[in-house]
Amino acid sequence: MAEPAAAESLLETPLQGEHAAAGARLVSFAGYAVPVQYATGILSEHLWTREHAGLFDVSHMGQAALIGPDHATTARALEALVPADILNLKPGRQRYTQLLDENGGIRDDLMVTRPANPLQDGELLLVVNASTKEADYAHMAARLPAGVELRRFDDRALLALQGPQAEAVLGGQAPDIASLAFMQAAETMIGGIPAHISRSGYTGEDGFEISVPASRAAELWRLLMADEQARPIGLGARDSLRLEAGLCLYGHDIDTTTSPVEAGLTWSIQKRRREEGGFPGAARIQRELRDGPARLRVGLKPEGRAPAREGTVVATPDGREVGKVTSGGFGPSVNGPVAMGYVAREVATPGTKLHLVVRGKPLPAQVVPMPFAPHRYKRG
Amino acid sequence: MTTRYTKDHEYIRIEGDTGIVGITDYAQSQLGDVVYVELPPVGKSVAKGGEAAVVESVKAASEVYAPVSGEVTAVNSALEGAPGTVNESPVERGWFFKLKLANTAELDGLMGEDEYRDYVQSIS
Repeated sequence: MAEPAAAESLLETPLQGEHAAAGARLVSFAGYAVPVQYATGILSEHLWTREHAGLFDVSHMGQAALIGPDHATTARALEALVPADILNLKPGRQRYTQLLDENGGIRDDLMVTRPANPLQDGELLLVVNASTKEADYAHMAARLPAGVELRRFDDRALLALQGPQAEAVLGGQAPDIASLAFMQAAETMIGGIPAHISRSGYTGEDGFEISVPASRAAELWRLLMADEQARPIGLGARDSLRLEAGLCLYGHDIDTTTSPVEAGLTWSIQKRRREEGGFPGAARIQRELRDGPARLRVGLKPEGRAPAREGTVVATPDGREVGKVTSGGFGPSVNGPVAMGYVAREVATPGTKLHLVVRGKPLPAQVVPMPFAPHRYKRG
Repeated sequence: MTTRYTKDHEYIRIEGDTGIVGITDYAQSQLGDVVYVELPPVGKSVAKGGEAAVVESVKAASEVYAPVSGEVTAVNSALEGAPGTVNESPVERGWFFKLKLANTAELDGLMGEDEYRDYVQSIS
C-alpha cells in the first residue's frame, strides 16, 4: 500500500510541520507524503484509538462538491453515477456510495453529504479517495448535466478524530457536536475555526471527520492535540483499524472488477434504486441482487497466528482454489490475524472451513461475519 | 565472540562453531511492531542467502535470510508466543535460530561491527 517516501516530487498536506514535530515516519501514498506511523508505532496507535481518541490527517483525500440549482437536480445528476438514493437524503445527512462503471464495477467509493444549511440547497459534498480523485473528477465532470457543476476544494484539509473519547475531545471545543448522530453532518466553529463536521469515519469507532480551510488546519490540529486523550495516528493504524471494522480499502477490496453486491455493499443501495435502477451497470447489479453473485467478500479468520496477506490464495480443505485474500494482516484489538477476501458463493457461509495458502502451506481458517471488532457508532 | 552483519540486517553472533542469527536493532526499528515469527525446523540445512525464517510486522511480512550456510541446531520458540521480544531485545532475547556453520570462510564476506554501523548510517 505504501513505499518509503522519497523526498522528491511528493505532494504535502497542510500538516507536514505537525507530523514532523510528532515524530512521523513518512511514506508515499497516492502521490502524497503521509505519516504511516508516529514515534510509538502502529500497534499502540491502533489500541489508543480504540480506547481514547486518535487524530488522523486525511487531507490527501479528495474534497469536492456538486453544485446545482436545487437538491433534486443535483441529486439526480449524482444518481446517474452511483447506486445510492441521493434524492431522499435529508439535509445534514451523509451516505456512503460508489461511483460505478458501465459494468457495475466500482471506480471509487465515496461519502456524500447534503449540507444542513438551507442556503446550500442544491449542493452535495463529496469525499473521494486520494488515488482516484483526478479520475473521479474527470469522470463526473464529463457526465454532469447543464446547470450542475463540480467544484474541487483543494484548499481544504480533512482531519479525522476517532475513538470513544472523540466526542469529549471535540465537544470541549464545539459543544454542539454532541447532538450529531452517526452519518449526520453540520457546520460549526471549533475554537474560532469554521469547520464542516460529519459524525463518521473509517475505524469502526464513534468519531468525526472535520473539513477546514487548509490555512487553519495546523491550528485545529494543535487545538485537538492539546487534549491528552488525543494522539496522532498514522495510515498504518488506519489500515488495521478499518480492516478489523470490515471496511473496504479502494484498490484492494474493491475496484472495477468487483460489484457492490459481490463486495457485500448491498446495504448501501437503497430500495428505490434497487427497483428503479438507472445507475451504471444496473442490469448486472439487479441480476446479482436477484440471483446472488458468483462470489462474495467475506471475513476470514486464520485459526493459527500467521497473518494471511493480500493475494493469499483461498482454497477448500481438499485443495480447490475458491478465492483470494484482498486485505489481511494482524488485528491488534483482535490480538490475532484477520483477513477479508472474495470466495465462491458456495463457500461464503460463515462457519465454512477453508485454507489460506501462506508461503506454500495451507493454513486452516474459517469464514466469519464481519466486523472483527464491533462497530461502536453513535446511532441516532 | 564476534558478530557479523548482512546488508539485509541480519546478525550472526559466533560462538565456537555455532552462529546465533537474528535481526539487528535497526531492522526491528524499521519493521515496527513484530506480531508473528516463523522459524525453520531444527535440522534444516540452509544455504547462505537462502530464506530461513519469516518476521511479520502489523504492515508486512519479511524474509530472514541465512547469513551463512549451515544446519539449524536450535530455534528460539519463545518468539512464537512473544514475537514482540524481537523489538524489545533483538540481540539478547530476540534471536531467531542457531546454525552449525558449514563453512566459516563465508563469514569473511559479512560486515563487522564498525562497517555495519557505517552502512546503516549511509542508508538512513
